[in-house]
Amino acid sequence: MAANQPQQRTLISAAALNRPRGKFIYWTVLSLTVVVFTLVFLGPLYWMVSGGFKSAQEVLQNPPTLFPKDPKPGTYKTAWSQLKIARLLFNTMYYAFGALAFQLVFDVAAAYAISKLRPVLGNLILGMMLATLMIPAAVLIVPQYLTVLDLPLLHINLIGTPWAIWLPTVANGFNIFLLKRFFDSIPEDLMSAAAIDGASPLRTLWSIVLPMSRPILGVVSIFAVVNVWKDFLWPMLVQPDTDKQPINIGINSLSQGVPQNVLIAALAISALPTIAIFLLFQRNIMSGLTAGSLKG
Amino acid sequence: MTATTVSHNKAERGSGHASPRGSRRRPGLPDGNARAGFGRRLRRDLQAHAFMIGAVLCFGFFSWYPMVREVIMSFQKTKRGETTWVGWKNLETVWNDPGFWPAWRNTMQFTLYALVIGFAVPFVIAIVLNEFRHAQAYLRILVYLPVMLPPVAGVLLFKYFYNPEYGLFNHILHFLHLPEQAWLDSSSTAMISVVIAATWMSAGGATLIYLAALQNVPGELYEAADLDGAGLLSKIWHITIPQTRPVLSLMLLLQIVATMQEFTNVYLLTGGAGPENSTGTVVYMVYQYAFRYDSFGSASALGLIMLVVLGGFSGLYARLSRDSD
Repeated sequence: MAANQPQQRTLISAAALNRPRGKFIYWTVLSLTVVVFTLVFLGPLYWMVSGGFKSAQEVLQNPPTLFPKDPKPGTYKTAWSQLKIARLLFNTMYYAFGALAFQLVFDVAAAYAISKLRPVLGNLILGMMLATLMIPAAVLIVPQYLTVLDLPLLHINLIGTPWAIWLPTVANGFNIFLLKRFFDSIPEDLMSAAAIDGASPLRTLWSIVLPMSRPILGVVSIFAVVNVWKDFLWPMLVQPDTDKQPINIGINSLSQGVPQNVLIAALAISALPTIAIFLLFQRNIMSGLTAGSLKG
Repeated sequence: MTATTVSHNKAERGSGHASPRGSRRRPGLPDGNARAGFGRRLRRDLQAHAFMIGAVLCFGFFSWYPMVREVIMSFQKTKRGETTWVGWKNLETVWNDPGFWPAWRNTMQFTLYALVIGFAVPFVIAIVLNEFRHAQAYLRILVYLPVMLPPVAGVLLFKYFYNPEYGLFNHILHFLHLPEQAWLDSSSTAMISVVIAATWMSAGGATLIYLAALQNVPGELYEAADLDGAGLLSKIWHITIPQTRPVLSLMLLLQIVATMQEFTNVYLLTGGAGPENSTGTVVYMVYQYAFRYDSFGSASALGLIMLVVLGGFSGLYARLSRDSD
């Protein structure tokens, strides 16, 4: 949205806002909202970052201090090494981008085949994939865990390997739904034209369909990364080794017996990467998220 | 959905043929080539299935097979590698477990609180934000910041705030001359404390979705209401809410299904059960059965009960999302 676009008409008319009384109320509500929001949403984050600079006693003192009396950046160093944050962040990225890669390759290929190549049983498979949307994830935790523990037919144990996190994310009915609906909207004539030119289905996907699908691929990518980033119970079950855990589980399992100020510093560091990414790409992320949630 | 896809689906359902023929041109089969030959179509089909194989295997291993297994395991008992059919016994065990009703009570409590705080508050925030001609971008980013935190950071931060002795919240209450609370340490306030933390972390997502919905409400409706001399609340009640109803009802269902599966926040904030088992949810009970007591049969049976309860909501959700297409 361009900033210079005329404001859309909302609840309160521009005329009402331009009256002195309307102006007064508007600015009062606006300033109050800005103050309250800053306190509620930024306050805790400030408390977290500043808490990381406090000494072990200062963090636990009552009444608390608004500013660290004697800032100690050393706490951050301790947290970085003691809670293996570099390792945990790397693990998280490794899982998130691996999951993203598998979802993009497998789910895009499947949705493309169902939508454009229309094989025998394609609609049945699609129906079965979409039916999984009805099943709450928590219900499947136990049988899924047993499956990963001993993969049927192959008898491989995936516990402790990245595959245990990557592969189950591909079984995502919502991805298939979004992608297939997008591919359905790509005109059939384009596909026929490519076929007449002798392009194979793979070549058509690569040169015609994918370049047109950037918006939907963006939405799928954001969701893929965010889901791994937010997940807790599943990685806790399948990654028992702290060296292989993503950040949520790692910090929680390593937080026992760590001084409070070091723990808070660790939390602040762990929050930094995504906050930074979000501030850089907030426009794309926000539009992507609302687009994805409001009917693809 | 275009008309052609509709007719194509109908044709496919109506004809006994495995592959659609007729009105719809298939890629690679230009017109006039209708008798493309069986071998060629087979090759195309094989190619298409090769495209699907990765996703199909993942769904098979990690979604379809576990679903079947979930049902089967509910009626089995496994002891020392020996699996026996026990019929309804697992369900009876779960049903008669003294923790069964408390777990459902806690889950319903979480869902109810989360809806009161987490469903209404973002909508009010969105309505207010939508009126602002200034600072809107800043406020949006603020609301969304907590969503970007790793859950563990938000949760453990709140745990620190909730500490009765040195936590920030009691200090604020003390400052305002209000009675201090035990927060997570008392059975009467533990669950609401969990919900407050969970809502702080997730309210941003709902707010953005409502904002997007509000921006699609046609301005003329408000202008017409102004001419009729409608007040602010009456405009919200008669225009804003009806216009955003599809999004609201969808979000309501999504939130119900999501909050009924609560685990992470209670596990991290109160260790799961909480004081006097005031925060142990159904999913926490499933977790306890399976990974504490090694009783996969009971865990599956409880999962099955959950599936039936949530299936009602999910079915409703699917219907709604179909209607809103």
